Amino acid sequence: MADHILKRFDQELERLNATLNEMGGLTESQLSKSLDAVRERDTALAEEVIAADARVDQLDAQVQQQTVQLLALRQPMAVDLRVVLSSIKIAAALERIADYAKNTAKRSIVLTQGTAPASAVAGIDRLGRLVRSALKDVLDAFAEEDVDKAHDVWQRDEEIDHVYTGLFRELLTYMMEDPRNITACTHLLFMAKNIERAGDHVTNIAELVSFRRTGKTFAEARPKGSSSLYTTGAS
Amino acid sequence: MAAVTAASSPPTNPMVLHAATGTEGLPEKVSIRDLEFFYGESRALKGISLPLYANRTTAFIGPSGCGKSTLLRILNRMYDLYPNQRATGQVLFDGENLLDASQDINLLRARIGMVFQKPTPFPMSIYENIAFGIRLYEKLPRAEMDARVESALRRAALWDEVKDKLGASGLSLSGGQQQRLCIARTVAVKPEVILFDEPCSALDPISTAKIEELIDEMKKDYTIVIVTHNMQQAARVSDFTAFMYLGELIEFDETANLFTTPRDKRTQAYITGRFG
Repeated sequence: MADHILKRFDQELERLNATLNEMGGLTESQLSKSLDAVRERDTALAEEVIAADARVDQLDAQVQQQTVQLLALRQPMAVDLRVVLSSIKIAAALERIADYAKNTAKRSIVLTQGTAPASAVAGIDRLGRLVRSALKDVLDAFAEEDVDKAHDVWQRDEEIDHVYTGLFRELLTYMMEDPRNITACTHLLFMAKNIERAGDHVTNIAELVSFRRTGKTFAEARPKGSSSLYTTGAS
Repeated sequence: MAAVTAASSPPTNPMVLHAATGTEGLPEKVSIRDLEFFYGESRALKGISLPLYANRTTAFIGPSGCGKSTLLRILNRMYDLYPNQRATGQVLFDGENLLDASQDINLLRARIGMVFQKPTPFPMSIYENIAFGIRLYEKLPRAEMDARVESALRRAALWDEVKDKLGASGLSLSGGQQQRLCIARTVAVKPEVILFDEPCSALDPISTAKIEELIDEMKKDYTIVIVTHNMQQAARVSDFTAFMYLGELIEFDETANLFTTPRDKRTQAYITGRFG
């Protein structure tokens, strides 16, 4: 797109994008490290994730400050207005994803104090890898302003929900089999929920990538694959 | 929101509201101190104290009659043209009080240039519009004059549009081009401070954006003051903003602060469109 006549406007939009890109990269690494901490039972790594969350919050505050300033001083219109508005929402989504990563890291520390069913831990890892790769792709779509790629990520939420529902059933089964599994499995269940919610926020970002470019979100009904609400465990 | 009047408002505390943040080490090109201005008996400016930082753009905003244009006109002694108008206090320009009767007004107006609301090209060629002002102060050989004219037109971002028709009348240009010609005329005499009095009020949005970009570009060489009715324009082009009301300076701060978190209720009411 052609530059603005007022160059400072472009510089401020670039600065906002740079803040979001840094926030995206950091969030991706937080999620990735929290999953590594679960898989490798690495307490030190989990502590690192917990400590680094403050930086994500700081970047979120920076995005807010920069968007308020852009709205007040530049009066953005049309695509510029969408860029500014969606930036606040993307930052909020990234901040939530990073929070879920932090919570997963915290629970991973508790898990190292007992034994957890190995196959359920592997299930968390599988779910986590799906969300991590969706996050990576949606951040690429954001950086490249690639609406098709964002749409592809958006459709993958269905698979994430399926895997989550499967994991939910599996964890219920472990708990029913042996009450001594309940503590570990409850933590794993919360982790699974965290990661699944992170996936929902990835989907939101995909919609915002489209909104920025086109003014529209994806037209079809959003994929809704999760049936864990109706899963009783008695089947 | 209730109507805000100067009578009902508490006296402003200069320590709180007139001290912009983040200005440590910024040199003051002009320091206005306890400035009062009178049209005959009526007092139009009440104890204004304000710094104009070097190589920054400062905007004066406020409702009609608040004194912002009066303040701008004091800065190059425009009021000397009228009887019964007088100023008290100090306006230190590089440390020298420009209100002193001993000031050489012509020299002052070369150092502090002004661009007016309506473009005012002289009825002569584009070239002469620029050369005319230079000749008042300097005698230059033709080649040097050509270079000065070109450099002034380049600084005003007009050169590419007029370089092939320097002999054409200044009045043949569009409104936006005429205003840039006036800016070129102002910079040709090498001022240190440039005052803009509503420079875009007669221009379309694209010409306005070009002037705003030009102002942003020019501040690396000049100290700039702009008076505007258009708050959005003040927000876009300035580094510092002074909000004036009924002859008083209500608030002075970095533009980014003043337009996002003003400290005085009256500033808040004005910039959010609740009075004025």
